[in-house]
Amino acid sequence: MALDFAVEVFQNEYLPEGAADVDAIVTVTTTGVAAEVVSADAAEVVIVDTSASMAYPPSKLTAAKQATVAAIDALRDGVWFAVVAGTDTARVVYPRSRKLVVADSRSRAAAKQAVRALRADGGTAMGRWLALADDLFAGFEGGPRHAILLTDGENQHESPRQLTKVLDEVAGRFTCDCRGVGTDWRVAELRRIAEAMLGTVDIVADPDGLAADFRSMAASAMGKAVADVSLRLWTPEGARVVSLKQVSPGLRDLTGRRVESGPRTGEYPTGAWGGAESRDYHLRVRVRPAGVGDRMLASRVSLVGPSGEVLGQGRVLAVWTEDSALSTRISSEVAHYTGQAELAEAIQDGLEARKSGDVGRATAKLGRAVRLAHESGNTDTAKLLAKVVEVEDPRTGTVKLRARVADADEMTLDTRSTVTKRVGKG
Amino acid sequence: MIMESCPECSSPVASQDRFCEACGRNLRLQRTPVGGPGSQWPPMCACGGEEFDADGFCEQCGRARPSARDRVEFVLPGVAGVSDRGKRRQRNEDSMAFGRVRGRGVAAVVCDGVASSERAEQASQTAVDTAADVLLTGLQAGMDAESSTTDSVVAANDAVGRLARPEAAEVAPSCTFVSAVVTDDSATVGWVGDSRAYLVAEAGAARLTTDDTWAAQLVAEGVLTEEEALTDRRAHVLSRWLGADSGVEAPQTVTFKVETPGLLVLCSDGLWNYVPEPEDLLEVLPRGVPPIEVARELVEVALKAGGHDNITVVVVQLRGGHGA
Repeated sequence: MALDFAVEVFQNEYLPEGAADVDAIVTVTTTGVAAEVVSADAAEVVIVDTSASMAYPPSKLTAAKQATVAAIDALRDGVWFAVVAGTDTARVVYPRSRKLVVADSRSRAAAKQAVRALRADGGTAMGRWLALADDLFAGFEGGPRHAILLTDGENQHESPRQLTKVLDEVAGRFTCDCRGVGTDWRVAELRRIAEAMLGTVDIVADPDGLAADFRSMAASAMGKAVADVSLRLWTPEGARVVSLKQVSPGLRDLTGRRVESGPRTGEYPTGAWGGAESRDYHLRVRVRPAGVGDRMLASRVSLVGPSGEVLGQGRVLAVWTEDSALSTRISSEVAHYTGQAELAEAIQDGLEARKSGDVGRATAKLGRAVRLAHESGNTDTAKLLAKVVEVEDPRTGTVKLRARVADADEMTLDTRSTVTKRVGKG
Repeated sequence: MIMESCPECSSPVASQDRFCEACGRNLRLQRTPVGGPGSQWPPMCACGGEEFDADGFCEQCGRARPSARDRVEFVLPGVAGVSDRGKRRQRNEDSMAFGRVRGRGVAAVVCDGVASSERAEQASQTAVDTAADVLLTGLQAGMDAESSTTDSVVAANDAVGRLARPEAAEVAPSCTFVSAVVTDDSATVGWVGDSRAYLVAEAGAARLTTDDTWAAQLVAEGVLTEEEALTDRRAHVLSRWLGADSGVEAPQTVTFKVETPGLLVLCSDGLWNYVPEPEDLLEVLPRGVPPIEVARELVEVALKAGGHDNITVVVVQLRGGHGA
């Protein structure tokens, strides 16, 4: 394995007497050269929405085809791949055999030809698309399994329950990055899929941007050297994990993904890792408070590889003290990411209130978001917010709702609300 | 001829023997272990767990393995000590060491690591070990107790000073110091800082030391009253200590004749904070029990009162001319 993993813990371990909640930011960083990964150890499935709506305007389907072609071009020789067209059913566009094929100049050319011949017709049932991708990946044991899902609409031709059932089944078997093109798709829906599949979600408001995005997703997927890495948390007797969230590069709640793996031990999936990656996780453990002066291991955090090997380890501590100078000190890392999570929540709540016509609540929430974005230096999010509200004073969060907001701006803000600013970087 | 047994190998030895015939141990000198309780870890966690990870955390309840230093008890004939982490501190940074040279007397040292310095427990342990060596050697050689007390402070100060890292001078390991050298008919007490010595006898009790603290200095100069000093935030700010940055060349000392039986109590401020006046100490002091029981009871008094600091008490029996 070409990657080295390092686990670091940032926290204030000092707690006042009787306190039970221990917060820490766990940073996992990889070093080493992912380029040494053999191409044959990766598999890629591109899922393109070909429902009827993709033809209006026609530039959407054209852009989707170009993007898929770009992704195919980005596949290195030896990578196993397939292309799926999604409607109210799912169909393998390439190859014909319904099995992954090895990328080489011939198979890439054939795949591109099949993609260019795609037509838009039919409905949307994303669960079926994912189920087919899962079938395709089934025979592949090598390494990272990655899918790209592109859609332009709502999941109309199956019930939310059907989608949930598929997600429960396929989650953990491959990762999936989701892209919404245009403004007729639902942010919450794609976010749900991306979260379950440990992937990202983003809006591609302008179809012209698709090709570059697909190329970079495919490249990044092939840069993953190690698939199926888990965070293993040991907690002492009487303690429980209140929450475990990835907080950088984006917010992702892993709390519900726990799989018990031993006494007082549970594992949470983190997906695949490439070289020179760094992710932050916010862990909150509730322990039985010990006495003043006592020192406790609140959690042992281990990073566990695909075959159970421990790749790195960190300790979350708790020390009870009556020295309030120590216990009131706030870890800047914990504070920063608590703020970023609050920022995402304020944006989502604010947009929801705005949609339902609750101007007061929307103004308050989005104002709060503006202030949080300003305080944490999250300029990207601040810019997106400014397209939805008129900012009078970012320091106090004084804002007015804009009367006219482009759908794309609102959806971009919603989609990217979970993109956090990294702590302590500029 | 009184028969006893060798403390090392349990072979029978005669009371006048200087060395054990069987194992060669020096029978005239008995002392507490160098390095303190060292690595004698308690086998079990407070929760009953018996497995610990590589960093010493209980695999069951997660708490750090209790340190052997959390509670230390040493007993020698005529002298005993108890050192306790207390209820609020993370570590026990107090240390004690004492020894007895048969036919000569007893030497005892208590040091309290300064909490704001780094490796305070190492500082206090190094100081008591170094000083006890000097004092016991002095006792065996029949040296003058005052000059041997000064020598022990100089040696301890040097040893603690050597623990400092040049790049972290402001947190150089440091500690207080109080010692006693007790022979048949006299006792010498030496101190640096705010660890104290009390004399307790039938007739009453007396404090033998004056604290090297800013507050005590202000009391001496008439700026503060005793009561004001106790509650003043500077009450515990030391004006003298042992360590790289101490500048200490000699302890304060006091020597007195021992004419009647009694007890000499050396302690850290973890005890005297709760019983500052000699009368307070006298009131809680148990009677007619051996030194170890006295030390245990005094530590218990401090624990019951809150145990906010580490508590160390060493009790030396004064025989008042009836043999040390």
